[in-house]
Amino acid sequence: MTITDFSVILPVTLLTAWASILLLAELFLPRAQRPFLALLAALGLALTLGISLAQSAQEFAPGFGGMVVRDGFSNFLNVLFLLTGLFGVALSYRYNQRAQIERGEYYPLLLFSVAGMMLMGQAADLIVVFLALELLSFPLYILSAFAYPRPQSEEAGLKYFLLGAFASGFVVYGIALTFGASGSTDLARIVASVAAGSANLPLLTAGAGLLLVGFGFKVAAVPFHMWTPDVYQGAPTSVTAFMAAGAKTAGFAALLRVFGAAFPALAADLSPLMAILAAVTMLFGNLIAVAQTDMKRMLAYSSIAQAGYLLMAFAPFEIEAARTMAVAGALFYLLAYTLASFGSWGVVIALEKDLDRHLSIGDFAGLARRSPWLAAAMTVFMLSLTGLPPTLGLVGKIYLFRAVIEGGMVWLAVIGALTSVVSAFYYLRIVVNMFMREGEPAVEREWWLEFAIGAAAVVTVVVSLWPFPLFEWAEWAVMKLF
Amino acid sequence: MSLELILFFVLAIIAIATALGMLLSRSAVYSALYLVVNFVSVAIFYLLLDAPFIALSQIAVYAGAIMVLFLFVIMLIGLETLGGELNWRQLVWPLAMGILLLVQGVFLVIQRVGRDVYIGQTGTQLSDPSLMARVLFTDYLLPFQVTAVLLLVAMIGAIVLSKREKSNQEA
Repeated sequence: MTITDFSVILPVTLLTAWASILLLAELFLPRAQRPFLALLAALGLALTLGISLAQSAQEFAPGFGGMVVRDGFSNFLNVLFLLTGLFGVALSYRYNQRAQIERGEYYPLLLFSVAGMMLMGQAADLIVVFLALELLSFPLYILSAFAYPRPQSEEAGLKYFLLGAFASGFVVYGIALTFGASGSTDLARIVASVAAGSANLPLLTAGAGLLLVGFGFKVAAVPFHMWTPDVYQGAPTSVTAFMAAGAKTAGFAALLRVFGAAFPALAADLSPLMAILAAVTMLFGNLIAVAQTDMKRMLAYSSIAQAGYLLMAFAPFEIEAARTMAVAGALFYLLAYTLASFGSWGVVIALEKDLDRHLSIGDFAGLARRSPWLAAAMTVFMLSLTGLPPTLGLVGKIYLFRAVIEGGMVWLAVIGALTSVVSAFYYLRIVVNMFMREGEPAVEREWWLEFAIGAAAVVTVVVSLWPFPLFEWAEWAVMKLF
Repeated sequence: MSLELILFFVLAIIAIATALGMLLSRSAVYSALYLVVNFVSVAIFYLLLDAPFIALSQIAVYAGAIMVLFLFVIMLIGLETLGGELNWRQLVWPLAMGILLLVQGVFLVIQRVGRDVYIGQTGTQLSDPSLMARVLFTDYLLPFQVTAVLLLVAMIGAIVLSKREKSNQEA
């Protein structure tokens, strides 16, 4: 182990160590001081964020004999994951007190999960990809069941765990077949063996297909989405918010890294499959979301639909120029999605006064009068998820659609545009409820929560007015990938 | 056909049959015992691949320690048998999918170019535990460490979810 090895993995190591210390810190804190843990967790995330940003100027570096890398892609994702973690802590802080799930293990588990996500962004070997997938999933299984005397939470945890373990089986089998086909689990060596013609392509395709199933589960793409509504509804809302943004981004990180970097040789075989997957996911997610009246279920189906838009990035894989733009567009859209998703789940938390009653869409009625700023922020998030101006969601969708059209798949872009129109129905219904209906919603006033919601809304609007530096960063991030 | 190949096919049939038996059995204890046989046949696969150390770890850890724990848990909880008969209609789709997968697998095997499949490649380097340890602590140091963190997280989860706090009982 050299200094470079250590520096490549430094953010992940720091976060893991911090989580372990936090676990012990709880022992020495009296029960009344437990909220302090949230602050410590946020401090750890902020420190790691600082290190990640400081490292972003440094050059590409492999570590541990090519097991992990540090490049623009991993830097971009590290920053995104750490922001996800910070948002997660801000949303959990008061909610956990209200829901009486303020156990000391909550924040360490959250940090472990973020560490797993970061490792996923840095992974350059399928074994590390698998371990990172498990490291980010295990805490999520546990956190889903965290409100355990409540049956819905227990059900969510068990369901997520069983189906997640099943999906992991697919990933392991996929890795085994890939190894059998190419003789290596190292992504660079897999590419080399394909280029040299020594790999067994049918077997490699089979392996890639199995990996796709496993990752498709994590990002909740149709037809691997069955768990999503139940888990999102049953898990504590703070956990759902973290899961909806973090697990999805990490799943796409794996997809982008593995399918973007390692399997370009399979592009001809896989890109039609990806396009169909994207189309089905967009259609199914959006159409089912229209029929939902429960807020959490609606957002769950909306997150399935968003996975469909992101999957579009894998469709134009045969054309080199379109590919770079598609992956950069996906990174950009992931950021937009993270902000909008966290924001809308934050508003759900603010409105969820009675935790045993499910929040319905009708509960948003009259929010504009009761709490105009919250309603305005929610409007921004709904517009961003729909893809309307002036939000980041629109910019992200434009980049994705342009890449798809340049990749020669006009039909997919048409489906994307049409389903966006469908999604406008259920997103804007909430806006209509907030501004045009009378009602007396109960709103929790929480400083951290409001700060997080406000920050997400402001960034969503302001950056969308001048998105070019951000997109350039995303483009720079994927440049070294191919 | 070489003796090794015959042995392989016999073992493969046993492994698949016991895996199916584990899934279809209505008695949890039988399922666990099927799983033991499955683990043992996989261990013999490892022996065929010149990896006696992994084979013995497979038997000691999985067939031995983990299965004994499984059996203890099954008996403690008292879930020895599931009620009711096996509903074959439920199995139609999984069976259809499984057969489809099998056909694809056979197709791949037929289509494959034998020389560039690495599965059959045996290496003597795996027979020596010290060499394995060297690989584990050099090339695979990072995965090894991450696994340690993973086990820690799993342990925390087991403790958190099984421990009932006082405050919950009051509430």
